Amino acid sequence: MSNLLDLLIAGLATGAIYAIVAVGFTLLWQTSQTINFAQGEFVMLPAFLMLAAMHAGAPFWLAIIFGMLLSMLLLGLGFKMLLVDPMLRHGVLPLAIATMALAIGLKEAVKQFFSAEASPFPSIVPAGDISILGRQVALQSVGVLALAIAAVVGLTALLNRTSIGHQMQATAQNPVVARIIGIPVERMILLTFLINAFLVALASLLITPIYLAKFSSGEVLGQAAFIAAIVGGFNQVRGAIAGGLLIGVVDNLAAAYVSTQYRAAVPMVLLILIILLRPQGLLGRAEERTV
Amino acid sequence: MSALKRYWRVALGMVVIAALIIAPMYLNRYGLFILSQWAVMTIAATGLNLTLGYAGQVSLAQGAFVGIGAYAAAIMTANGMPLIAGLGVAIVLCFAIGWILGYPALRVQHHYLAFVTLAFSTLAFLVFRNESWLTNGIYGISNIPRPTILGYPTNRPLPFYYVCLGSLALVSLATWWLIRSPWGRAFVALRENPVRALSLGIDTRRYTLMAFAIGSALGGVAGTLYAPLTQYIDPVPFNLSLSLDLLMMVIVGGSGFFFGPFLGAMIAVLLPEWLRFTQGYYLMIYAVAVILLLIYSPTGILGILDRYLTERRTKAASALRAVAKSGLEPAP
Repeated sequence: MSNLLDLLIAGLATGAIYAIVAVGFTLLWQTSQTINFAQGEFVMLPAFLMLAAMHAGAPFWLAIIFGMLLSMLLLGLGFKMLLVDPMLRHGVLPLAIATMALAIGLKEAVKQFFSAEASPFPSIVPAGDISILGRQVALQSVGVLALAIAAVVGLTALLNRTSIGHQMQATAQNPVVARIIGIPVERMILLTFLINAFLVALASLLITPIYLAKFSSGEVLGQAAFIAAIVGGFNQVRGAIAGGLLIGVVDNLAAAYVSTQYRAAVPMVLLILIILLRPQGLLGRAEERTV
Repeated sequence: MSALKRYWRVALGMVVIAALIIAPMYLNRYGLFILSQWAVMTIAATGLNLTLGYAGQVSLAQGAFVGIGAYAAAIMTANGMPLIAGLGVAIVLCFAIGWILGYPALRVQHHYLAFVTLAFSTLAFLVFRNESWLTNGIYGISNIPRPTILGYPTNRPLPFYYVCLGSLALVSLATWWLIRSPWGRAFVALRENPVRALSLGIDTRRYTLMAFAIGSALGGVAGTLYAPLTQYIDPVPFNLSLSLDLLMMVIVGGSGFFFGPFLGAMIAVLLPEWLRFTQGYYLMIYAVAVILLLIYSPTGILGILDRYLTERRTKAASALRAVAKSGLEPAP
């Protein structure tokens, strides 16, 4: 039982990070039909940008700001202008393939310019345990969970409570009508790319202390985020959040109770079942078929 | 004009085939390996091109089928059976699994389908890695023998290259026949407009499953050649990135074009080798090249050619019209 609680907290902590990544993923899909196969690499890269800043002598807080801003420039603005904009009108598939190539490019660039070895990364949450309900729980898990929840709550508030959020939702739901009623659609789309870049940088900051900074670490993360997005509902932000938390918990429980060899299979089986039984996802709306 | 064009096309085809037969005699061991790999990957990509390019069903599982074929061949031949038996098992197995994997395609489309097949790909990898009693797990299967064909052993690289090339030729002929048969037409109808295809009396259900099954079976064929080519297999080459690579080959070459996979596999297998002189940068340059190509022409290399030919044909047609018109005008 006590073991179960630890597993649940650890699972929720990783799940919250998956959720952040998955939310960015669904935002890109909603506003600009981009299936970003490089999303995992997008999480991997900011940690290296921050490490590079620290190698240059910057203190940790400055490196974080530097990494966040640079990733918004490269993975937000640059990604949109150099890759998505020229390819969008050609349909979903060529763009998806181009992001696959981008994933290879990013991995190789980090391997070549930084290191092929895993590098340690400082945690923004101090080490140690705290006592919750009379139990010792790693401060790291709790801190990650708290920060991730704060980010998700902040984002949901932005989307649902502010005028900009409403404009973004309108853009996602129906760009033509949104443009007619005077919403600056282009700016809103750019904003979702910037938000995605911010979210992946945040996820990078939270997860890299746990899994180390490595050029190939994006593969697992990207897949987890895909699955979270689909399980929860591809067209819903809250679906992606639920999916992320679910996958995190299921993954941790599977590692403990199924077998370490087949732990990766459990989320996959879940994914196949969800797609077959409820393709719109747990919380998603059914998408209209375009025929 | 058409006859002349046909003449040039046949001539070009013959030159390429002759080059593929003669040039390897002057290649070293490594060059032959790469060229054999190109032939094997072309077979797998041709299968995916049937599923994706002709029938319009996205699959991220082709790499898993190559793996299934490779393991079938390796396990059978390691137990003393001939490769042809392995080939039979691989084809039947991949056809059956591909058929079953096609069922989700009946319910969901596009990106959802991509993710179902992605999940299948990961599951297959886990089975290769974990079921040690069958696949020997992470240690892999070594000393996979190369076949003896008509009493002629193909242990050396050059004869085995001809085995790969011959298989590619057979697969190409079969595919060529298939896409010109009523089945191939039905596949294209399925891609272009499933509802209209259904209303014309095409059993879309059966053809969707068939497109998956045949494409997957060709993946299995590629796998049965891959195992004796490398003579050692472990789970690593058959992970998700092989499926992504194969998808990239089809799109980059030109999905829905018969020769698309040939060019795509050439770029994916040979271009990194040519770029090796740039050392650590070669995969980066490869990635950038693929992105730039797709930005320039989302329909791949053959898409560029197709666009050029269509433009020229339209220009020629409008020139003809102009001539015809000017011929008419003087008459009052």
